[in-house]
Amino acid sequence: MKEVEIAIVGGGPAGLSAAGIALQAKAGVLLIDDGLRLGGQLVKQTHKFFGSKEQYASTRGIEIGRILEKGLEGYPNLEVWLNSSVVGYYPDGVLTVLKEEKLLKVKPKRLIVATGASERMLAFANNDLPGVYGAGAVQTLMNLYGVLPGKRALMVGAGNIGLIVSYQLLQAGVKVEAVVEAMPKVGGYWVHAAKLKRIGVPILTSHTILKAEGEDWVEGAIICPLNEDFKPIEAAQKRVEVDIICLAVGLSPLSELLWQAGCRMKYIPQLGGYAPFRNRDMETTVKGVWVAGDSAGVEEASTAMVEGRIAGLAATSSLGYEVEDTDGLKRELREELEMLRRGPVGETVRKGVKRALI
Amino acid sequence: MRIIQHPILTFEKGQKVSFTLDGRGLEGYEGEPITAALHDAGVKVLRRSISLGRPRGFFCAVGKCSSCLMTVDGKPNVRVCMEPLREGMRVETQKGKGELVERG
Repeated sequence: MKEVEIAIVGGGPAGLSAAGIALQAKAGVLLIDDGLRLGGQLVKQTHKFFGSKEQYASTRGIEIGRILEKGLEGYPNLEVWLNSSVVGYYPDGVLTVLKEEKLLKVKPKRLIVATGASERMLAFANNDLPGVYGAGAVQTLMNLYGVLPGKRALMVGAGNIGLIVSYQLLQAGVKVEAVVEAMPKVGGYWVHAAKLKRIGVPILTSHTILKAEGEDWVEGAIICPLNEDFKPIEAAQKRVEVDIICLAVGLSPLSELLWQAGCRMKYIPQLGGYAPFRNRDMETTVKGVWVAGDSAGVEEASTAMVEGRIAGLAATSSLGYEVEDTDGLKRELREELEMLRRGPVGETVRKGVKRALI
Repeated sequence: MRIIQHPILTFEKGQKVSFTLDGRGLEGYEGEPITAALHDAGVKVLRRSISLGRPRGFFCAVGKCSSCLMTVDGKPNVRVCMEPLREGMRVETQKGKGELVERG
């Protein structure tokens, strides 16, 4: 059994930020990630980020991942396990980790869960055909591995992910036939939608997908307008010739470990699904278990980084390590979070967080 | 299909390696997930569903959805969206649940 001071599950923006602050204070950190490299989903984000300067606004996501990873270099108190899946958390505080085909046990004094989120599915006929992808999967395939998923795409969902990935498909040389969105208006930032409009990609609001067509893989899609009650107006359906159907219909927190740990959870639609109750330090209802990033509620990479720092700071100081001006730093981080969630864009998340706060 | 030119990205690739899919010779780059090489070769069907035999492909790319399970070097249920490609790998379309491998 391996004993560590702080185990962090997930090496995305939240986990890396938590690790950074703990390492600076000289706490021992084991960072575990199931991917082949650190950075989580930042590694495929070719667009420039919004937010504040502290959260690397106007820097591309891929660069932010590299900056965060670089910040962990040279710390002897850090151990990183890649290609390692945490598969269980037991009542005695032991994590089981599948690493290189071995099941290892880890007993951390403190646990930070930063497992992120997973993409949601949408119900329509033949939604299981190869060629129906999560938008994030297409992003991974194109931006990380340089492989095209096909030639012509239909994007389902005009939130930020749908809009951004549509533009990235165009950048990679794929034709985007249309973006369909069930809501009567575009959900994402106007600047992302405008880029598509300028190129001539139709964004069809009050539209949905009814069916994927094809024998062994996607060869087309039937799309259809929706009436005011979100019912399909089937007489007006039409077929688009596509070999890619991309789903960008939202994310849900990956909360299995939190459930296993016995954290009190609540279904909070504003946070994307079941989310853990947490205090302002991001500690859950189970003492010694913190949460940060999308696994606490689906939001942005910028807020994930701040939450990671908050959780990392709290976990580190609870072990007795001194961080200079802890209270001042804590206040600063909380203010940053508030600022990032300001305005009409942050309204939904603000409501969700309020419901989860204890 | 590989992206040849991209306005923002350049792609670092490993060594070119050979592998087989159901006995057919294919090429890819060492270290990339097996699915990347398969997609490049236009292979979209990775396994058949257990009860209805429906085709299953690549869906989440991050090892969460279990859609892309294949048999690799005789071992079933390998998530090929996460599994790095190596020279000489034997990749097979998986049918059914797969048999557990006996080890010496």
